[in-house]
Amino acid sequence: MLKAIQGGSKKSPRGGRARPVYPSPSSRPIDNTQTRKAGGRWRDKFNAYLELNRHELFVSLERLVDTPFSSLMTIGVLAAALTLAISFYLVVANLNQLTLGLQSTSQISLFLRDEVQDGHARKLAEKIQLNPDVQQTGMISKAQGMQDFLAYSGFAEAIQALESNPLPIVIQVQPASSATEPRQLEKLLAEFRQYVEVDRVILDMGWAQRLRALIELFEQAVMVLSIFLAAGVLLIIASTIRQELHKRRDEIIICKLIGATDGFIRRPFIFTGFWLGFFSAIMAWFVVAVMVLALKNPIENLSGQYDGNFHVLFLSYPETFIFFIVASTLGVTGSWMILQIQLRQLIPE
Amino acid sequence: MLKFEHVSKRYPEAGEVLRNINFSLDHGEMAFLTGHSGAGKSTLLRLIAVIERCSRGHIWLDGASVNDAKTGQIPVLRRKIGLIFQDYKLLHDRTVFDNVALPLVIAGYGHQEIGRRVRAALDKVGLLGKENKYPVTLSGGEQQRVGIARAVVNKPPMILADEPTGNLDPELSSEIMKLFEQFQQVGVTILIATHDISLISKMNYRVLKLAQGELTSD
Repeated sequence: MLKAIQGGSKKSPRGGRARPVYPSPSSRPIDNTQTRKAGGRWRDKFNAYLELNRHELFVSLERLVDTPFSSLMTIGVLAAALTLAISFYLVVANLNQLTLGLQSTSQISLFLRDEVQDGHARKLAEKIQLNPDVQQTGMISKAQGMQDFLAYSGFAEAIQALESNPLPIVIQVQPASSATEPRQLEKLLAEFRQYVEVDRVILDMGWAQRLRALIELFEQAVMVLSIFLAAGVLLIIASTIRQELHKRRDEIIICKLIGATDGFIRRPFIFTGFWLGFFSAIMAWFVVAVMVLALKNPIENLSGQYDGNFHVLFLSYPETFIFFIVASTLGVTGSWMILQIQLRQLIPE
Repeated sequence: MLKFEHVSKRYPEAGEVLRNINFSLDHGEMAFLTGHSGAGKSTLLRLIAVIERCSRGHIWLDGASVNDAKTGQIPVLRRKIGLIFQDYKLLHDRTVFDNVALPLVIAGYGHQEIGRRVRAALDKVGLLGKENKYPVTLSGGEQQRVGIARAVVNKPPMILADEPTGNLDPELSSEIMKLFEQFQQVGVTILIATHDISLISKMNYRVLKLAQGELTSD
Protein backbone atom coordinates (compact mmCIF):
# COMPACT_ATOMS: atom_id res chain seq x y z
CA MET A 1 0.00 0.00 0.00
CA LEU A 2 0.95 3.57 -0.46
CA LYS A 3 2.22 5.39 2.51
CA ALA A 4 1.51 8.85 3.79
CA ILE A 5 4.52 11.00 4.25
CA GLN A 6 3.01 13.92 5.99
CA GLY A 7 2.94 14.64 9.66
CA GLY A 8 1.60 18.12 9.76
CA SER A 9 -1.73 17.44 11.26
CA LYS A 10 -2.08 18.98 14.65
CA LYS A 11 -4.64 16.40 15.55
CA SER A 12 -2.42 13.47 14.82
CA PRO A 13 -0.93 12.38 18.12
CA ARG A 14 1.72 10.17 16.55
CA GLY A 15 2.68 12.60 13.84
CA GLY A 16 1.97 9.96 11.25
CA ARG A 17 -1.10 9.52 9.14
CA ALA A 18 -3.75 12.09 9.54
CA ARG A 19 -6.56 10.10 11.02
CA PRO A 20 -6.72 11.87 14.32
CA VAL A 21 -10.06 11.37 15.89
CA TYR A 22 -11.97 9.00 13.64
CA PRO A 23 -14.08 6.98 14.04
CA SER A 24 -15.36 7.99 17.44
CA PRO A 25 -18.90 9.40 17.34
CA SER A 26 -17.85 12.96 18.07
CA SER A 27 -15.39 12.84 15.20
CA ARG A 28 -18.05 12.90 12.52
CA PRO A 29 -20.12 15.90 13.40
CA ILE A 30 -20.39 16.67 9.73
CA ASP A 31 -22.49 13.72 8.71
CA ASN A 32 -24.51 13.63 11.85
CA THR A 33 -25.79 17.16 11.60
CA GLN A 34 -26.58 16.63 7.98
CA THR A 35 -28.78 13.61 8.54
CA ARG A 36 -30.49 15.13 11.50
CA LYS A 37 -31.30 18.43 9.89
CA ALA A 38 -31.91 17.42 6.33
CA GLY A 39 -33.25 13.92 6.29
CA GLY A 40 -34.63 13.51 9.78
CA ARG A 41 -37.66 15.73 9.76
CA TRP A 42 -39.76 15.08 6.75
CA ARG A 43 -42.09 17.95 7.50
CA ASP A 44 -39.21 20.42 7.35
CA LYS A 45 -38.17 18.87 4.08
CA PHE A 46 -41.68 19.03 2.72
CA ASN A 47 -42.04 22.67 3.71
CA ALA A 48 -38.68 23.41 2.15
CA TYR A 49 -39.86 21.65 -1.00
CA LEU A 50 -43.03 23.74 -1.18
CA GLU A 51 -41.04 26.86 -0.47
CA LEU A 52 -38.61 26.00 -3.24
CA ASN A 53 -41.41 25.38 -5.73
CA ARG A 54 -43.14 28.61 -4.87
CA HIS A 55 -39.87 30.45 -5.11
CA GLU A 56 -38.97 28.90 -8.47
CA LEU A 57 -42.46 29.61 -9.81
CA PHE A 58 -41.97 33.31 -9.27
CA VAL A 59 -38.31 33.36 -10.23
CA SER A 60 -39.21 31.85 -13.60
CA LEU A 61 -41.92 34.49 -13.97
CA GLU A 62 -39.35 37.16 -13.17
CA ARG A 63 -37.05 35.78 -15.84
CA LEU A 64 -39.81 36.17 -18.42
CA VAL A 65 -40.47 39.72 -17.27
CA ASP A 66 -36.75 40.51 -17.38
CA THR A 67 -36.72 39.92 -21.14
CA PRO A 68 -40.07 41.49 -22.02
CA PHE A 69 -39.51 41.75 -25.75
CA SER A 70 -38.58 38.16 -26.49
CA SER A 71 -41.12 36.87 -23.98
CA LEU A 72 -43.89 38.86 -25.63
CA MET A 73 -42.87 37.67 -29.07
CA THR A 74 -42.99 34.04 -27.99
CA ILE A 75 -46.29 34.51 -26.17
CA GLY A 76 -47.67 36.33 -29.22
CA VAL A 77 -46.82 33.45 -31.56
CA LEU A 78 -48.28 30.94 -29.12
CA ALA A 79 -51.38 33.08 -28.69
CA ALA A 80 -51.85 33.24 -32.47
CA ALA A 81 -51.92 29.45 -32.67
CA LEU A 82 -54.28 29.18 -29.70
CA THR A 83 -56.52 31.91 -31.13
CA LEU A 84 -56.89 29.95 -34.34
CA ALA A 85 -57.74 26.83 -32.40
CA ILE A 86 -60.48 28.41 -30.27
CA SER A 87 -61.85 30.39 -33.20
CA PHE A 88 -62.41 27.17 -35.13
CA TYR A 89 -63.87 25.58 -32.06
CA LEU A 90 -66.33 28.44 -31.66
CA VAL A 91 -67.30 28.37 -35.34
CA VAL A 92 -68.18 24.70 -34.99
CA ALA A 93 -70.08 25.29 -31.76
CA ASN A 94 -72.07 28.10 -33.34
CA LEU A 95 -72.83 26.13 -36.50
CA ASN A 96 -74.04 23.21 -34.42
CA GLN A 97 -76.50 25.57 -32.88
CA LEU A 98 -78.01 26.01 -36.36
CA THR A 99 -78.99 22.39 -36.71
CA LEU A 100 -80.43 22.08 -33.22
CA GLY A 101 -84.20 21.57 -33.28
CA LEU A 102 -84.29 21.02 -37.01
CA GLN A 103 -86.39 18.00 -37.98
CA SER A 104 -84.79 15.41 -40.08
CA THR A 105 -86.51 15.48 -43.45
CA SER A 106 -84.88 12.48 -44.98
CA GLN A 107 -87.06 10.49 -47.29
CA ILE A 108 -86.52 7.26 -49.15
CA SER A 109 -88.12 6.78 -52.55
CA LEU A 110 -88.65 3.25 -53.86
CA PHE A 111 -89.13 3.15 -57.63
CA LEU A 112 -90.95 -0.06 -58.48
CA ARG A 113 -90.58 -2.18 -61.59
CA ASP A 114 -92.76 -1.32 -64.54
CA GLU A 115 -94.74 -4.54 -64.37
CA VAL A 116 -95.83 -4.09 -60.74
CA GLN A 117 -99.51 -3.25 -60.42
CA ASP A 118 -101.04 -0.65 -58.09
CA GLY A 119 -102.71 -3.22 -55.83
CA HIS A 120 -99.49 -5.13 -55.32
CA ALA A 121 -97.64 -1.91 -54.64
CA ARG A 122 -100.17 -0.91 -52.00
CA LYS A 123 -99.61 -4.21 -50.22
CA LEU A 124 -95.88 -3.69 -50.33
CA ALA A 125 -96.29 -0.22 -48.86
CA GLU A 126 -98.33 -1.66 -46.02
CA LYS A 127 -95.68 -4.31 -45.42
CA ILE A 128 -92.99 -1.66 -45.25
CA GLN A 129 -95.11 0.34 -42.87
CA LEU A 130 -94.76 -2.50 -40.34
CA ASN A 131 -91.02 -1.97 -40.10
CA PRO A 132 -90.31 -0.26 -36.72
CA ASP A 133 -87.73 2.00 -38.39
CA VAL A 134 -90.38 3.43 -40.68
CA GLN A 135 -92.65 6.19 -39.59
CA GLN A 136 -94.88 6.57 -42.58
CA THR A 137 -95.25 5.36 -46.12
CA GLY A 138 -97.06 6.87 -49.03
CA MET A 139 -97.71 5.60 -52.54
CA ILE A 140 -97.75 7.51 -55.78
CA SER A 141 -99.54 5.50 -58.45
CA LYS A 142 -98.64 5.70 -62.13
CA ALA A 143 -101.65 7.86 -62.85
CA GLN A 144 -101.05 10.23 -59.96
CA GLY A 145 -97.44 10.48 -60.89
CA MET A 146 -98.45 11.47 -64.38
CA GLN A 147 -100.85 14.09 -63.06
CA ASP A 148 -98.21 15.63 -60.87
CA PHE A 149 -95.73 15.56 -63.67
CA LEU A 150 -98.12 17.24 -66.03
CA ALA A 151 -98.96 19.88 -63.49
CA TYR A 152 -95.44 20.79 -62.39
CA SER A 153 -92.95 19.89 -65.08
CA GLY A 154 -94.07 22.06 -67.96
CA PHE A 155 -93.56 19.16 -70.39
CA ALA A 156 -97.29 18.41 -70.59
CA GLU A 157 -97.47 18.40 -74.37
CA ALA A 158 -94.48 16.24 -74.85
CA ILE A 159 -95.72 13.71 -72.32
CA GLN A 160 -99.16 13.53 -73.83
CA ALA A 161 -97.58 12.52 -77.09
CA LEU A 162 -96.39 9.28 -75.47
CA GLU A 163 -98.50 6.19 -75.97
CA SER A 164 -98.12 4.69 -72.54
CA ASN A 165 -97.34 6.06 -69.10
CA PRO A 166 -93.57 5.65 -68.61
CA LEU A 167 -93.61 6.68 -64.95
CA PRO A 168 -93.04 3.97 -62.33
CA ILE A 169 -95.01 3.56 -59.14
CA VAL A 170 -93.20 5.23 -56.26
CA ILE A 171 -93.44 4.30 -52.60
CA GLN A 172 -92.27 7.12 -50.36
CA VAL A 173 -90.87 6.08 -47.02
CA GLN A 174 -90.40 8.45 -44.12
CA PRO A 175 -87.91 6.87 -41.70
CA ALA A 176 -88.78 6.93 -38.01
CA SER A 177 -87.24 9.78 -36.02
CA SER A 178 -85.23 7.12 -34.19
CA ALA A 179 -83.61 6.05 -37.45
CA THR A 180 -81.96 9.16 -38.83
CA GLU A 181 -78.33 8.08 -38.41
CA PRO A 182 -76.60 7.36 -41.70
CA ARG A 183 -75.90 3.78 -40.63
CA GLN A 184 -79.54 3.08 -39.83
CA LEU A 185 -80.62 4.62 -43.12
CA GLU A 186 -78.10 2.45 -44.97
CA LYS A 187 -79.61 -0.61 -43.33
CA LEU A 188 -83.09 0.41 -44.42
CA LEU A 189 -81.91 1.03 -47.96
CA ALA A 190 -80.28 -2.38 -48.15
CA GLU A 191 -83.47 -3.98 -46.91
CA PHE A 192 -85.59 -2.21 -49.52
CA ARG A 193 -83.25 -3.16 -52.33
CA GLN A 194 -83.94 -6.82 -51.61
CA TYR A 195 -87.63 -6.59 -52.59
CA VAL A 196 -88.11 -8.03 -56.07
CA GLU A 197 -90.68 -5.37 -56.89
CA VAL A 198 -88.19 -2.59 -56.29
CA ASP A 199 -86.22 -1.31 -59.20
CA ARG A 200 -84.29 1.57 -57.62
CA VAL A 201 -83.98 3.01 -54.17
CA ILE A 202 -83.08 6.66 -53.69
CA LEU A 203 -82.29 8.36 -50.44
CA ASP A 204 -83.37 11.95 -50.38
CA MET A 205 -81.47 13.52 -47.56
CA GLY A 206 -83.02 16.58 -46.00
CA TRP A 207 -81.08 19.82 -46.10
CA ALA A 208 -80.78 19.85 -42.33
CA GLN A 209 -79.11 16.50 -42.49
CA ARG A 210 -76.85 17.60 -45.27
CA LEU A 211 -75.89 20.59 -43.18
CA ARG A 212 -75.24 18.36 -40.21
CA ALA A 213 -73.03 16.06 -42.26
CA LEU A 214 -71.16 19.07 -43.56
CA ILE A 215 -70.65 20.42 -40.06
CA GLU A 216 -69.45 17.03 -38.93
CA LEU A 217 -66.91 17.03 -41.68
CA PHE A 218 -65.86 20.54 -40.71
CA GLU A 219 -65.63 19.43 -37.10
CA GLN A 220 -63.25 16.67 -38.03
CA ALA A 221 -61.16 19.06 -40.08
CA VAL A 222 -61.03 21.38 -37.07
CA MET A 223 -59.95 18.48 -34.89
CA VAL A 224 -57.06 17.65 -37.21
CA LEU A 225 -56.10 21.31 -37.43
CA SER A 226 -56.21 21.62 -33.65
CA ILE A 227 -53.81 18.71 -33.32
CA PHE A 228 -51.43 20.46 -35.69
CA LEU A 229 -51.81 23.71 -33.79
CA ALA A 230 -51.15 21.95 -30.49
CA ALA A 231 -48.06 20.33 -31.99
CA GLY A 232 -47.00 23.81 -33.14
CA VAL A 233 -47.44 25.17 -29.63
CA LEU A 234 -45.38 22.29 -28.22
CA LEU A 235 -42.59 22.92 -30.71
CA ILE A 236 -42.53 26.67 -30.11
CA ILE A 237 -42.31 26.13 -26.37
CA ALA A 238 -39.67 23.44 -26.78
CA SER A 239 -37.56 25.73 -28.93
CA THR A 240 -37.92 28.62 -26.48
CA ILE A 241 -36.91 26.41 -23.56
CA ARG A 242 -34.01 25.06 -25.57
CA GLN A 243 -32.68 28.58 -26.09
CA GLU A 244 -33.11 29.27 -22.40
CA LEU A 245 -31.22 26.06 -21.60
CA HIS A 246 -28.33 27.11 -23.75
CA LYS A 247 -28.27 30.56 -22.21
CA ARG A 248 -28.05 29.01 -18.75
CA ARG A 249 -25.77 26.15 -19.68
CA ASP A 250 -23.00 27.09 -17.24
CA GLU A 251 -25.44 27.39 -14.40
CA ILE A 252 -26.90 23.97 -15.12
CA ILE A 253 -23.47 22.38 -15.24
CA ILE A 254 -22.49 23.99 -11.94
CA CYS A 255 -25.72 22.77 -10.35
CA LYS A 256 -25.07 19.27 -11.66
CA LEU A 257 -21.57 19.35 -10.21
CA ILE A 258 -22.79 20.22 -6.76
CA GLY A 259 -25.29 17.42 -6.65
CA ALA A 260 -28.45 18.74 -8.28
CA THR A 261 -30.82 16.08 -9.52
CA ASP A 262 -32.32 16.36 -12.98
CA GLY A 263 -35.61 17.14 -11.29
CA PHE A 264 -34.11 20.15 -9.58
CA ILE A 265 -32.60 21.43 -12.81
CA ARG A 266 -35.78 20.78 -14.73
CA ARG A 267 -38.08 22.61 -12.33
CA PRO A 268 -37.53 26.27 -13.33
CA PHE A 269 -37.80 25.41 -17.02
CA ILE A 270 -41.02 23.49 -16.47
CA PHE A 271 -42.37 26.56 -14.70
CA THR A 272 -41.27 28.76 -17.60
CA GLY A 273 -43.18 26.45 -19.96
CA PHE A 274 -46.20 26.70 -17.72
CA TRP A 275 -46.11 30.51 -17.70
CA LEU A 276 -45.69 30.67 -21.48
CA GLY A 277 -48.74 28.44 -21.98
CA PHE A 278 -50.75 30.30 -19.38
CA PHE A 279 -50.02 33.80 -20.65
CA SER A 280 -50.59 32.90 -24.27
CA ALA A 281 -53.95 31.43 -23.22
CA ILE A 282 -54.86 34.74 -21.60
CA MET A 283 -53.81 36.65 -24.70
CA ALA A 284 -55.69 34.29 -27.05
CA TRP A 285 -58.77 34.48 -24.87
CA PHE A 286 -58.81 38.26 -25.09
CA VAL A 287 -58.24 38.29 -28.85
CA VAL A 288 -61.13 35.88 -29.38
CA ALA A 289 -63.33 37.80 -26.96
CA VAL A 290 -62.74 40.98 -28.94
CA MET A 291 -63.45 39.20 -32.22
CA VAL A 292 -66.69 37.73 -30.90
CA LEU A 293 -67.79 41.10 -29.52
CA ALA A 294 -67.11 42.75 -32.85
CA LEU A 295 -69.03 40.08 -34.83
CA LYS A 296 -71.88 39.53 -32.40
CA ASN A 297 -74.11 42.42 -33.43
CA PRO A 298 -73.78 42.09 -37.20
CA ILE A 299 -74.44 38.34 -37.05
CA GLU A 300 -77.42 38.63 -34.78
CA ASN A 301 -78.84 41.46 -36.91
CA LEU A 302 -78.52 39.29 -39.97
CA SER A 303 -80.13 36.36 -38.19
CA GLY A 304 -82.95 38.65 -37.04
CA GLN A 305 -83.68 39.66 -40.60
CA TYR A 306 -84.28 36.01 -41.48
CA ASP A 307 -86.50 35.59 -38.44
CA GLY A 308 -83.74 33.51 -36.93
CA ASN A 309 -83.08 33.06 -33.31
CA PHE A 310 -79.32 32.80 -33.52
CA HIS A 311 -77.12 33.88 -30.62
CA VAL A 312 -73.39 34.02 -30.97
CA LEU A 313 -71.82 31.61 -28.47
CA PHE A 314 -68.59 32.30 -26.60
CA LEU A 315 -66.55 30.04 -24.32
CA SER A 316 -68.46 29.12 -21.19
CA TYR A 317 -66.76 29.25 -17.79
CA PRO A 318 -65.92 25.53 -17.79
CA GLU A 319 -64.69 25.77 -21.37
CA THR A 320 -62.50 28.74 -20.48
CA PHE A 321 -61.15 26.84 -17.51
CA ILE A 322 -60.39 23.77 -19.62
CA PHE A 323 -58.78 25.95 -22.27
CA PHE A 324 -56.41 27.46 -19.70
CA ILE A 325 -55.57 24.04 -18.34
CA VAL A 326 -54.90 22.66 -21.81
CA ALA A 327 -52.69 25.61 -22.78
CA SER A 328 -50.68 25.41 -19.55
CA THR A 329 -50.34 21.66 -19.92
CA LEU A 330 -49.03 22.13 -23.43
CA GLY A 331 -46.45 24.53 -22.00
CA VAL A 332 -45.36 22.08 -19.35
CA THR A 333 -45.30 19.17 -21.80
CA GLY A 334 -43.31 21.10 -24.40
CA SER A 335 -40.62 22.06 -21.96
CA TRP A 336 -40.55 18.63 -20.37
CA MET A 337 -40.04 17.01 -23.78
CA ILE A 338 -37.07 19.14 -24.69
CA LEU A 339 -35.55 18.80 -21.21
CA GLN A 340 -35.69 15.01 -21.48
CA ILE A 341 -33.65 15.24 -24.65
CA GLN A 342 -31.29 18.07 -23.77
CA LEU A 343 -30.40 17.47 -20.13
CA ARG A 344 -28.83 14.16 -20.99
CA GLN A 345 -26.50 15.98 -23.35
CA LEU A 346 -25.45 18.59 -20.80
CA ILE A 347 -22.56 16.86 -19.12
CA PRO A 348 -20.13 18.74 -16.90
CA GLU A 349 -16.68 19.30 -18.31
CA MET B 1 -12.80 7.55 2.72
CA LEU B 2 -11.52 7.33 -0.82
CA LYS B 3 -10.00 4.26 -2.38
CA PHE B 4 -8.71 3.57 -5.89
CA GLU B 5 -8.16 -0.05 -6.87
CA HIS B 6 -6.34 -0.73 -10.16
CA VAL B 7 -8.14 2.15 -11.80
CA SER B 8 -7.55 2.88 -15.47
CA LYS B 9 -9.20 5.38 -17.75
CA ARG B 10 -9.02 5.11 -21.49
CA TYR B 11 -10.37 7.57 -24.03
CA PRO B 12 -11.00 6.38 -27.54
CA GLU B 13 -9.06 9.34 -28.97
CA ALA B 14 -6.32 9.86 -26.38
CA GLY B 15 -5.67 6.31 -25.27
CA GLU B 16 -4.96 5.41 -21.68
CA VAL B 17 -4.88 8.57 -19.56
CA LEU B 18 -4.73 6.79 -16.22
CA ARG B 19 -3.04 3.43 -15.73
CA ASN B 20 -3.50 1.11 -12.79
CA ILE B 21 -3.95 3.73 -10.08
CA ASN B 22 -3.92 2.45 -6.50
CA PHE B 23 -4.19 4.63 -3.43
CA SER B 24 -6.46 5.38 -0.55
CA LEU B 25 -7.20 8.40 1.62
CA ASP B 26 -8.32 8.00 5.20
CA HIS B 27 -11.01 10.05 6.85
CA GLY B 28 -9.65 13.48 7.67
CA GLU B 29 -6.53 13.07 5.57
CA MET B 30 -5.21 15.87 3.38
CA ALA B 31 -3.17 15.14 0.27
CA PHE B 32 -1.86 16.87 -2.82
CA LEU B 33 -2.12 15.46 -6.28
CA THR B 34 0.58 16.78 -8.57
CA GLY B 35 2.03 16.19 -11.96
CA HIS B 36 2.58 18.05 -15.21
CA SER B 37 -0.42 19.20 -17.14
CA GLY B 38 -1.75 16.25 -19.05
CA ALA B 39 -0.54 13.81 -16.43
CA GLY B 40 -4.12 12.88 -15.62
CA LYS B 41 -4.80 14.99 -12.50
CA SER B 42 -8.08 16.37 -13.75
CA THR B 43 -9.19 13.01 -15.09
CA LEU B 44 -8.58 11.47 -11.68
CA LEU B 45 -10.73 14.13 -10.01
CA ARG B 46 -13.41 13.70 -12.66
CA LEU B 47 -13.57 10.01 -11.85
CA ILE B 48 -14.14 10.74 -8.17
CA ALA B 49 -16.90 13.26 -8.89
CA VAL B 50 -18.45 10.74 -11.32
CA ILE B 51 -18.22 13.21 -14.16
CA GLU B 52 -16.70 10.23 -15.91
CA ARG B 53 -16.53 6.53 -15.23
CA CYS B 54 -13.32 4.54 -15.04
CA SER B 55 -12.61 1.97 -17.74
CA ARG B 56 -11.12 -0.59 -15.37
CA GLY B 57 -10.72 -0.99 -11.63
CA HIS B 58 -12.85 0.16 -8.75
CA ILE B 59 -13.37 3.42 -6.87
CA TRP B 60 -14.85 3.63 -3.39
CA LEU B 61 -16.06 6.85 -1.82
CA ASP B 62 -17.17 6.98 1.80
CA GLY B 63 -17.95 3.28 1.77
CA ALA B 64 -20.01 3.45 -1.43
CA SER B 65 -18.93 2.05 -4.74
CA VAL B 66 -18.63 4.81 -7.31
CA ASN B 67 -18.59 2.28 -10.13
CA ASP B 68 -21.96 0.87 -9.19
CA ALA B 69 -23.69 4.24 -8.82
CA LYS B 70 -26.61 4.49 -11.21
CA THR B 71 -27.27 7.75 -13.01
CA GLY B 72 -29.97 8.63 -10.52
CA GLN B 73 -27.59 8.14 -7.61
CA ILE B 74 -24.84 10.38 -8.93
CA PRO B 75 -26.33 13.58 -7.43
CA VAL B 76 -26.39 11.96 -3.99
CA LEU B 77 -22.76 10.87 -4.38
CA ARG B 78 -21.73 14.35 -5.47
CA ARG B 79 -23.26 15.86 -2.36
CA LYS B 80 -20.60 14.03 -0.38
CA ILE B 81 -17.95 16.00 -2.22
CA GLY B 82 -17.27 19.71 -2.03
CA LEU B 83 -15.81 20.65 -5.41
CA ILE B 84 -13.51 23.63 -5.80
CA PHE B 85 -12.40 24.83 -9.21
CA GLN B 86 -9.58 26.91 -10.62
CA ASP B 87 -12.08 29.26 -12.27
CA TYR B 88 -14.34 29.26 -9.17
CA LYS B 89 -17.44 28.47 -11.26
CA LEU B 90 -19.66 30.96 -9.48
CA LEU B 91 -23.05 32.08 -10.78
CA HIS B 92 -22.52 35.68 -11.74
CA ASP B 93 -26.15 36.71 -11.75
CA ARG B 94 -26.56 35.74 -8.11
CA THR B 95 -25.29 37.22 -4.90
CA VAL B 96 -22.58 35.68 -2.78
CA PHE B 97 -25.26 34.45 -0.40
CA ASP B 98 -27.23 32.73 -3.17
CA ASN B 99 -24.10 31.15 -4.58
CA VAL B 100 -23.14 29.66 -1.25
CA ALA B 101 -26.73 28.64 -0.52
CA LEU B 102 -27.09 26.67 -3.76
CA PRO B 103 -25.94 23.25 -2.43
CA LEU B 104 -28.34 23.62 0.50
CA VAL B 105 -31.22 24.58 -1.77
CA ILE B 106 -30.44 21.56 -3.91
CA ALA B 107 -30.34 19.31 -0.86
CA GLY B 108 -33.74 20.64 0.19
CA TYR B 109 -32.95 22.61 3.33
CA GLY B 110 -35.39 25.03 4.84
CA HIS B 111 -35.10 28.78 4.69
CA GLN B 112 -33.79 29.38 8.21
CA GLU B 113 -31.36 26.50 8.16
CA ILE B 114 -29.95 27.83 4.89
CA GLY B 115 -29.47 31.31 6.31
CA ARG B 116 -27.74 29.96 9.37
CA ARG B 117 -25.39 27.67 7.50
CA VAL B 118 -24.52 30.12 4.75
CA ARG B 119 -23.54 32.76 7.27
CA ALA B 120 -21.49 30.21 9.19
CA ALA B 121 -19.67 29.17 6.01
CA LEU B 122 -19.06 32.76 4.94
CA ASP B 123 -17.81 33.56 8.41
CA LYS B 124 -15.35 30.70 8.16
CA VAL B 125 -13.87 32.03 4.93
CA GLY B 126 -13.93 35.63 6.22
CA LEU B 127 -16.58 37.04 3.88
CA LEU B 128 -19.42 37.57 6.29
CA GLY B 129 -20.01 41.19 5.30
CA LYS B 130 -20.21 40.46 1.59
CA GLU B 131 -23.31 38.28 1.36
CA ASN B 132 -25.21 40.69 -0.84
CA LYS B 133 -22.35 41.46 -3.23
CA TYR B 134 -22.13 39.95 -6.69
CA PRO B 135 -19.12 37.77 -7.50
CA VAL B 136 -17.77 40.14 -10.18
CA THR B 137 -17.30 42.87 -7.60
CA LEU B 138 -14.98 40.65 -5.58
CA SER B 139 -11.25 40.03 -6.03
CA GLY B 140 -9.99 36.66 -7.28
CA GLY B 141 -9.04 35.54 -3.79
CA GLU B 142 -12.44 36.50 -2.48
CA GLN B 143 -14.21 34.72 -5.31
CA GLN B 144 -12.25 31.57 -4.56
CA ARG B 145 -13.22 31.86 -0.93
CA VAL B 146 -16.87 32.09 -2.02
CA GLY B 147 -16.24 28.90 -4.00
CA ILE B 148 -14.78 27.27 -0.89
CA ALA B 149 -17.70 28.41 1.25
CA ARG B 150 -20.03 26.86 -1.28
CA ALA B 151 -18.04 23.62 -1.21
CA VAL B 152 -18.15 23.30 2.58
CA VAL B 153 -21.58 24.73 3.36
CA ASN B 154 -23.22 21.33 3.06
CA LYS B 155 -20.49 19.87 5.34
CA PRO B 156 -19.38 17.19 2.91
CA PRO B 157 -16.97 14.55 4.23
CA MET B 158 -14.62 15.20 1.31
CA ILE B 159 -13.27 18.22 -0.54
CA LEU B 160 -11.81 17.98 -4.03
CA ALA B 161 -9.95 21.02 -5.29
CA ASP B 162 -8.74 21.32 -8.87
CA GLU B 163 -5.93 23.90 -9.04
CA PRO B 164 -7.62 26.06 -6.42
CA THR B 165 -4.78 28.57 -6.37
CA GLY B 166 -4.05 28.51 -10.09
CA ASN B 167 -5.27 32.06 -10.59
CA LEU B 168 -4.02 33.52 -7.31
CA ASP B 169 -0.78 35.11 -6.20
CA PRO B 170 1.39 33.28 -3.62
CA GLU B 171 0.13 35.26 -0.66
CA LEU B 172 -3.53 34.57 -1.43
CA SER B 173 -2.63 30.97 -2.24
CA SER B 174 -1.23 30.34 1.20
CA GLU B 175 -4.32 31.92 2.74
CA ILE B 176 -6.47 29.49 0.82
CA MET B 177 -4.26 26.62 1.92
CA LYS B 178 -4.64 27.67 5.54
CA LEU B 179 -8.38 27.45 5.05
CA PHE B 180 -8.02 23.91 3.77
CA GLU B 181 -5.91 23.02 6.78
CA GLN B 182 -8.65 24.29 9.05
CA PHE B 183 -11.20 22.06 7.37
CA GLN B 184 -8.86 19.12 7.55
CA GLN B 185 -8.54 19.68 11.28
CA VAL B 186 -12.26 19.19 11.76
CA GLY B 187 -12.13 15.88 9.97
CA VAL B 188 -12.73 16.64 6.31
CA THR B 189 -10.82 14.58 3.78
CA ILE B 190 -9.12 16.87 1.26
CA LEU B 191 -7.50 16.13 -2.08
CA ILE B 192 -5.93 19.10 -3.86
CA ALA B 193 -4.71 18.84 -7.42
CA THR B 194 -2.01 21.41 -8.11
CA HIS B 195 1.24 21.84 -9.99
CA ASP B 196 2.39 24.58 -7.63
CA ILE B 197 5.47 22.78 -6.28
CA SER B 198 6.58 25.63 -4.06
CA LEU B 199 3.23 25.64 -2.35
CA ILE B 200 3.38 21.91 -1.71
CA SER B 201 6.90 22.00 -0.40
CA LYS B 202 5.98 24.65 2.15
CA MET B 203 3.38 22.32 3.59
CA ASN B 204 4.07 18.96 4.99
CA TYR B 205 1.36 16.74 3.60
CA ARG B 206 1.10 13.58 1.61
CA VAL B 207 1.82 14.07 -2.09
CA LEU B 208 0.53 11.82 -4.85
CA LYS B 209 2.52 12.34 -8.01
CA LEU B 210 1.14 11.44 -11.40
CA ALA B 211 3.29 11.08 -14.50
CA GLN B 212 1.95 9.92 -17.82
CA GLY B 213 -1.09 8.40 -16.22
CA GLU B 214 0.74 6.47 -13.53
CA LEU B 215 1.17 7.14 -9.86
CA THR B 216 4.95 7.50 -9.61
CA SER B 217 5.36 8.54 -6.01
CA ASP B 218 3.25 8.69 -2.92
